[in-house]
Amino acid sequence: MELTPQDKSSEQSPESIEAGDKERWASLIGGGAMVLMGLRQRSLRGVLMAVAGGGLLYQGAKKQSTLKQAQEAMGLNQPIKVEKTVTINKPAAELYSYWRDFAKLPTFMKHLESVTLIDSKKSHWVAKAPLDASVEWDAEIIQERENELIAWASAEDADIENSGFVRFKPAPDDRGTEVKVVLEYNPPGGAIASAVAKLFGEEPEQQIGDDLRRFKQLMEAGEIATTEGQPSGRE
Amino acid sequence: MKAVCWEGTTKVEVKNVPDPKILNPRDAIIKITSTAICGSDLHLYDGYVPTMKKGDILGHEFMGEVVELGSAVKNVQKGDRVVVPFTISCGNCFFCNRDLWSLCDNSNPNAWIAEKLMGHSPSGLFGYSHMLGGYAGGQAEYARVPFADVGLFKIPEGLSDDQVLFLTDIFPTGYMAAENCDIKPGDTVAIWGCGPVGQFAIRSAYMLGADRVIAIDRVPERLQMAKEQGKAEILNYEEVDVGEALKEMTGGRGPDACMDAVGMEAHGTGLEGFYDEAKQALRLETDRPTALRQVIVACRKGGTVSIPGVYGGFIDKMPMGAAMNKGLTMKMGQTHVHRYLKPLLEHIQNGDIDPSFVITHRMKLEDAPKGYETFKHKKDNCIKVVLKP
Ligand SMILES: NC(=O)c1ccc[n+]([C@@H]2O[C@H](COP(=O)([O-])OP(=O)(O)OC[C@H]3O[C@@H](n4cnc5c(N)ncnc54)[C@H](O)[C@@H]3O)[C@@H](O)[C@H]2O)c1
Ligand SMILES: [Zn+2]
Ligand SMILES: [Zn+2]
Repeated sequence: MELTPQDKSSEQSPESIEAGDKERWASLIGGGAMVLMGLRQRSLRGVLMAVAGGGLLYQGAKKQSTLKQAQEAMGLNQPIKVEKTVTINKPAAELYSYWRDFAKLPTFMKHLESVTLIDSKKSHWVAKAPLDASVEWDAEIIQERENELIAWASAEDADIENSGFVRFKPAPDDRGTEVKVVLEYNPPGGAIASAVAKLFGEEPEQQIGDDLRRFKQLMEAGEIATTEGQPSGRE
Repeated sequence: MKAVCWEGTTKVEVKNVPDPKILNPRDAIIKITSTAICGSDLHLYDGYVPTMKKGDILGHEFMGEVVELGSAVKNVQKGDRVVVPFTISCGNCFFCNRDLWSLCDNSNPNAWIAEKLMGHSPSGLFGYSHMLGGYAGGQAEYARVPFADVGLFKIPEGLSDDQVLFLTDIFPTGYMAAENCDIKPGDTVAIWGCGPVGQFAIRSAYMLGADRVIAIDRVPERLQMAKEQGKAEILNYEEVDVGEALKEMTGGRGPDACMDAVGMEAHGTGLEGFYDEAKQALRLETDRPTALRQVIVACRKGGTVSIPGVYGGFIDKMPMGAAMNKGLTMKMGQTHVHRYLKPLLEHIQNGDIDPSFVITHRMKLEDAPKGYETFKHKKDNCIKVVLKP
C-alpha cells in the first residue's frame, strides 16, 4: 500500500523521520500482522508523526516535560499500547463514515462524555472520570484515507497524551470489514493519574475490545445489546 | 410480576420483581402463558454454571402473547401468540446469516467473560448466567425478548401451548442432535440419556431415517417412554455393561452414531463415578463426562459423535486417543433454534409428532421450587415440568 502523507514539509524536522518509517508504516497498517509486534520499541506516536510530517501538534520526543523525565527516571513512563481488531459484517465505507463523524463516538465508546468538532481536522474530547473530574484533550487528525484509515494524535497539553489509528480493511470473501484500532497513551502523573487509571481500568485491552464490540453491534444489529434496566430478584 | 429467581445452589424462589421494560428498539415484551423447566436449568440449580448471581430470573423455554413492541419491530403485532427460541440472535451477523444462530456475535453484552474462558463468545441465552448474557429468563409472568423481529415465531390457530412450547428448545435440540448424527440408511444410533432431550432425539433420529435407535438410561419410566413412545431399544446402564451390550447388538461393529444427551452432570458407576463426583465437588473438574467417555469408546470406527448435552468448562480423562485413532467425527453446540423452528412446526401441524408426550407435570409458576426439586430427583416419575404463570 502506498501512502501519501499530507504536505507538512515546511514544519517538518528532518531528524524526526527515520529511514524506512514510511515503508514500515505502510506495511504495518496494510498487512495482516499485528501492528504492535512490528512497532516493538518504537512509539506509535513517533511513527505516526514521522509519516504525517511531524511537528504539527507535538514537538517530538526531545521536548519532554520535567514531570515526564521524572517518571522516566522512576521507570514509570511506560506508554500503554493497545491493539484490537474486530470483523464487522458491513462495507468499509459505511463503517468509516460513521466513525469519521467523531461526535457519534460516545454512542459506543463507553468512557467518552463527548467529542466536539472544532474544524475538519481538530476536535475536543471529554472523557467521563470519577468524582466529577473531567479528562479532556484536543486531538487532530494526522492521517486520513477515505474508507481506509483515520489516524490522530492529541495536542501537547492533553490530560492524556494519546495517539492512534483505526483501519478499515475488507475481509476475505464476503466476510465484511476488519476494523483495527491501535492506540498508545501515556498515563499522566499527579492528581489526575488515579482518575485516568480508573477511566481506562486495569485492562485497557478489554475496554477497547468492548468499545469495538459495541460498534459492531450498532453497525450490524442496529442497537447495542444490553440488560441494563431489566428486572431481577435483587432489588 | 412474579418470577422464579436463582437464590444459590439448589435454591430457587418465586419473588415479586419489577415488570420488564422495552430497553432497545428491537425489543418486545411477552406475557407468558407457558414455561418449562429444562435439564439445562438443573446445571444452574446445582451450581455448576459459573457467573450466576443471586436474584437472577431463570427460564429459557417460554411462550406467550406479545403485549408491547419496540419501535423497530414491524413484523409482529400486539396480541400475537408466539414461541421464543432460547438462543438470542441478531439475525444480521456472519453467524446468523449462515444459520448458526446460537453463535450470534451481537447478543451477549458480557461477551468478554465468555471470551476469557472460551476464546470467543457464543450467543446470549435467556436466563443462563452472566457469562452468556445475564438476560432475565422466562419463568415469570412477563419477559423482555431482544431482537424480537427475528426472535419471535407466530403460532397458527388450533395448536395448544403444550404442543408448541418445546419448539423453544428441546424439540429442535433433539432434532439438531439427530441431524448431527449424519444418519445414513441402515444406521444404528445410540443415545445416552432419556430425559426430554433424549426423547426428542430418539423421535428425530427415526424421522431422519435411522434404522435402529438404542436408548440408554437407568430411570425405569424414562426407559419405558423411550421404548413405548420412541420405539427405541433400551439399555439400563446399571444392569449391563453398555459398551459390550452395544457391540453385541450391532454385530461387533458398534453404533454408527452415538449421542451424549446427558451433559456435564452424568451419573457414573463404580470407581470412575466416584472419581468425577469427588473432583467436581472440589471444583477440580467442572464437568462429569461419564456418558461422553462411553459414547466415544462405544462408537464404531469412522462413526459420528453428537453432543447436545451441555458442558461448561473442563473435563478429565477424555478418551482422546479413542476418538482420534478411530477417526471419529464430533459435532456439538447449543441449538440453532431459529433454523429448526418453522420446519418442526410443520411436522407438528402435519401430525408427525405431538411434542406434549414428554409432559408429566403441570404446575403453577408459584410451585416452581417444588417443580425443580421433583424434576431433579426424578420424583413421582417426573420427566418434564410445565409451569403456568
Ligand atoms: N445443546 C443444547 O442446546 C441443549 C438444549 C437443551 C438441553 N441441553 C442439555 O441436554 C442435556 C439433557 O437435557 P434434559 O432436559 O434431557 O435433562 P435431564 O437431566 O432430564 O436428562 C438427563 C438424563 O440422563 C440420564 N443419565 C445420567 N447419567 C447417565 C449416564 N451415565 N448414562 C446414560 N444416561 C445418564 C439421567 O438419568 C437423565 O434421564 C443436558 O445437559 C441439557 O443441559 C442442551
Ligand atoms: Zn432448555
Ligand atoms: Zn447474529
